[in-house]
Amino acid sequence: MSASTNPSAPASTRHRPIPGPARPYAFPAFERARLENDLSVLVAPVTKLPLVTVTALIEAGCVCDPPGRYGLAQLTARLLLEGTTVSDGADLAERFEHLGASVEAHADWDVAAITMTVMSDQLTAAFEIFAEMLHLPAFPTREVARLKDERQAELLQIRAEPRGLAEEVFLRHVYEPTSRFAHPEGGDDTSVGAITRHDVTEFYATRAVPESTTLIFAGDIAPEAAFRLVRRNFGDWSGPSPSRASTGDAPASGSRAVIIAPKAGAPQSELRIGHVGLPRSHPDYFAVVVMNSVLGGLFNSRINLNLREAHAYTYGAFSSFDWRRQAGPFVVSTAVRTDATPAAIREVFSEIDRIRAEAIGDDELSLATSYLSGVFPIRFETTAAIAAALSSLVVYRLPSEYFDTYRNRVMAVTEADVLAAAQTHLHPERMQTVAVGDPSEIRAPLEALGFGPVVEDNGAAAHARLGTISPPVA
Amino acid sequence: MEIPIETFRLANGLLVTLSEDHTAPIVAVNVWYHVGSANERPGRTGFAHLFEHMLFQGSADVAANEHFEIVQRAGGTLNGSTWLDRTNYFETVPSHHFETALWLEANRMGQLLPAMTQDKLNGQRDVVKNERRWSVDNQPYGTWWERLPALCFPPEHPFHHSLIGSMDDLTAATLDDVKHFFSTFYTPANAVLSIAGDVERGDARALVDRHFGGIPRGATPPPLPDMTLPATFGGWRREVVPDDGMLPRLMIAFRSPTFASPTYYAAHVCAAIFGMRKGSRLHRNLIRDRQIASDAQAFTFDLSIGADLLVLDVTARQTVSAEMLEAEVAREVDQMVATGVSDAEVERAVALIQTDYTRAMQSAGERADRLSQFATYFGDPGLVNRQLDRYRAVTAADVNGFVHERLGADNRASLVFVPRGHRPGDDAHDGS
Repeated sequence: MSASTNPSAPASTRHRPIPGPARPYAFPAFERARLENDLSVLVAPVTKLPLVTVTALIEAGCVCDPPGRYGLAQLTARLLLEGTTVSDGADLAERFEHLGASVEAHADWDVAAITMTVMSDQLTAAFEIFAEMLHLPAFPTREVARLKDERQAELLQIRAEPRGLAEEVFLRHVYEPTSRFAHPEGGDDTSVGAITRHDVTEFYATRAVPESTTLIFAGDIAPEAAFRLVRRNFGDWSGPSPSRASTGDAPASGSRAVIIAPKAGAPQSELRIGHVGLPRSHPDYFAVVVMNSVLGGLFNSRINLNLREAHAYTYGAFSSFDWRRQAGPFVVSTAVRTDATPAAIREVFSEIDRIRAEAIGDDELSLATSYLSGVFPIRFETTAAIAAALSSLVVYRLPSEYFDTYRNRVMAVTEADVLAAAQTHLHPERMQTVAVGDPSEIRAPLEALGFGPVVEDNGAAAHARLGTISPPVA
Repeated sequence: MEIPIETFRLANGLLVTLSEDHTAPIVAVNVWYHVGSANERPGRTGFAHLFEHMLFQGSADVAANEHFEIVQRAGGTLNGSTWLDRTNYFETVPSHHFETALWLEANRMGQLLPAMTQDKLNGQRDVVKNERRWSVDNQPYGTWWERLPALCFPPEHPFHHSLIGSMDDLTAATLDDVKHFFSTFYTPANAVLSIAGDVERGDARALVDRHFGGIPRGATPPPLPDMTLPATFGGWRREVVPDDGMLPRLMIAFRSPTFASPTYYAAHVCAAIFGMRKGSRLHRNLIRDRQIASDAQAFTFDLSIGADLLVLDVTARQTVSAEMLEAEVAREVDQMVATGVSDAEVERAVALIQTDYTRAMQSAGERADRLSQFATYFGDPGLVNRQLDRYRAVTAADVNGFVHERLGADNRASLVFVPRGHRPGDDAHDGS
């Protein structure tokens, strides 16, 4: 430590510095291989720190759930961590954790992902356990029952929480009831209650086969070493190819409505405003991403500056498109002071109307594109983030050079593209507005607002009460 | 793992730490001010955090919210956060925008007040009130943030009161408070600037001098009162709170050694043995075996002065009452006091801590934040490189020493959330 050597620095620096040229960056190079049994492998060697992240991506997402068994994909993924035929759940956890390996398993809409991060000197030992977990899952009856019960507990918690409740009610009113997307990823009380151990073993045996699985490595490992590890641990794996699963993604309604999920005495209304969006593979993807950044994606987006900075209705307001293989939802999310509920909704609609009515300014366009392009290297600092990026290539079937062309494609989006994207993909006439809030305070003003008929939805709350096994004693 | 660290101090007292890393063209700039909610005066709870919001409302040469605009336009990420004993501000930017990030931090450290107006204060006060509704008032169990410190620290202690603040105190905050707080605590000598990433040491040092060197030193902030506390609570405190949450939840806290003090590492390993991942005791015994709990974790507050808190946080299963939950968790604690922890448990915990620490250090922002943390609390950012050794040196005997001294019935504070309408004696669990 030393004192400053330059006490003669200018007293103040008033002018904003001018940046030099950007330094080059490339997304980590990666190699692909396909084993004789059709198992795919992707390896991105990144040697910054002695860590490796491994992801097994299996075509076993929530869209594969059979009717009446919603939640099966997620339950099956979670159960992988609960024991193999040679190691019970506690022992399996102990074996991983003694090596410092952290392992997580979950299913999203499109795929199941089992991810492990470990110090590279423990990878060989940890990967053997990882392979055992995928080859020899036991799905013990006791653990199946326990995880089903834990899902019921999770549902109670989600529905008592304004954000969780708002999301569940929103999806139920956005998608037609036969769409898998209308129901929670992890299933509800009834569908999870109906799942048997047989459903789980059948689901896993059918879905988890080499042809529908990709192993992804990112971190301190050479591609050849990774391929060797995979051949040694997965070379003998086999299984018939499963049918491809998908779900309907049609909207529940062609006209707009306001839905109140009652929470008496709530000091805020938790809002979700939106409709069915578009699939990830849509050619307008980049224009929509840029449009959304301006509308509600960035801190300085129109919706946040309006609701938070100009009106102080909220701590934050943002919009997003949830990208899936099929059309995920577009949604504006915020929580606003109860008495500001109608005014906040009116402002959200006015911002959506505005971005559909006139081209955004050059300043807004360049803010969005230079952010998306500039932040690109910051998104891939960790082995887990690189593995997740490679996963998205696999899930959305993007070309290998996708990340090399990403920044140019963002920069190529024009003001006209953004206007067209807003007009094509935002639909104020069929926007569903969900408010978790106090009906005695917000119902009348919402009816006066004229953004569609106002209805109350007690569905999830009623379920939550039914699910309580020890009801209050009078 | 050892990261390069260079440290120097400007004539105005600003401590600067620098860690070069050229693996990606990005750099993190991170400023810690040694001020938190502990430094608030009576009647102004929540002010340190409200003030953090004001630092994004512009400075002499930066307009309101332009800080966000400039950093995001550069392709950077940014935020700030307030804790009981510090406040931090940080951005990660593409490295050719490094000087812009420095300039933004210097401009608000040196010349915030010309930009402060009553309108901006009114706006951010309302935003923070909404933040309070969102994170505390309209959130199941959300009051734990203020109830647990209130239960664990004596009323006159600076860690006792609410960090987010009461609505009344937020309402009472004035522009004069903003000016006073700024000139008292936001001085270079009360701050640390850390830089991690793709910069050359020599260039970085010259730029830091140029932008921060001219900021006047200012007065030395008033010291906090003596915050020393006895090693234990001296009893078993308990608060029962009816709540919107649908399941009983228990947070049981133990007074524990301050962050990075010699016995802190044993306490942290103890927390990991209790609650880190599926192989931990709470998960194995209460979630998996006895099926009492649906969720369990353990953590430390990492307070650097006075006393820290180690907290076990356990949520019941549907059929389990708050009373039963509390008894079962207490049984786990008693069991550890009676028979101690094993070498294997310590090895598991240390292995997981090592992986997590290494994972975190991949990110430039995390590196810079930890450099600031150790520089702010101890004047020695080099401690970042000593942490894994400290954890690896922890033995079962060390953990058992901590357990024996701190986990007894004379050092417990239970915060029990009970679903509204629940009455004692509703227990439907058959105990099998």
